Amino acid sequence: MEGVVSRVDRTNREKLFACITATSFVLDDLRIYLDTHPNDQEALDYWRKVERVRNEAVEEYTKCYGPINSYDVDVKNKWTWVEEPWPWEGRC
Amino acid sequence: MWSYERRLQYPVNIKQRNPRLAQVIISQFGGPDGELAASMRYLSQRYSTKNRKVAGVLTDIGTEELAHMEMVSAIVHQLTKDLTPQEIMEGNFERYYVDHTLALWPQSAGGIPFNACFFQSKGDPITDMVENMAAEQKARTTYDNILRLVHDHDVCDPIKFLRQREINHFQRFGEALRIITEELDSKNFYAINPDFTADLCK
Repeated sequence: MEGVVSRVDRTNREKLFACITATSFVLDDLRIYLDTHPNDQEALDYWRKVERVRNEAVEEYTKCYGPINSYDVDVKNKWTWVEEPWPWEGRC
Repeated sequence: MWSYERRLQYPVNIKQRNPRLAQVIISQFGGPDGELAASMRYLSQRYSTKNRKVAGVLTDIGTEELAHMEMVSAIVHQLTKDLTPQEIMEGNFERYYVDHTLALWPQSAGGIPFNACFFQSKGDPITDMVENMAAEQKARTTYDNILRLVHDHDVCDPIKFLRQREINHFQRFGEALRIITEELDSKNFYAINPDFTADLCK
């Protein structure tokens, strides 16, 4: 599987994945801030802005490289959730 | 319920194995100030916490701690992956190896198994928030201690991320404590459990 993925495609995959990691982290941090500051309009605007970017990145990644969440597995004639490396395996 | 995402909160990609370091870092998985204790502490405390904002902080930080536990476990796993018997002996890893081979098991660096007595769930939100603030500081100190021993950038980088999160969570629990104290009856300040206000025996 890894061998047939072109270098260009892998770079795109890494970029998309990095975008998901970064935007998810912004939301993780904002979430606990908003729990104690629920009326901070600036933080709410930031949430909306970053959430949009994250949703687009997750949708694109899922479509091209497979699901990050098992609810999004595209079920045809085979269960593909367990085919890709698990996150703790690392790249090296 | 929880939903698993196939990604780490912050990437862990370690090239160089190091079983000696793994035995130190495993404390932040199953040790007294580790991420397993942190997540169980907050996720246990939240049920009886009447303040909605504070219950939200406990739920969301407790959830993030599960992701931190996964990161620490990934670090330990990558530091010990495919070790040879010789590397096990040279890395002083044999006493862990004999019971767990190369699997993850929650213990402290000194080999003490994970124990729920590492944390409290006291049912008094002031008591619990003060405990949580102390817990975040203890975890931050542990990461500081780890960082003094680590010289591999691949290991330092995710550990520094985790250290920073302890500081952030300390801030949030400080705010949670402030929210609770602001809602207290002035006669009840710091004296009586605001979530269990039955009369004390006089």
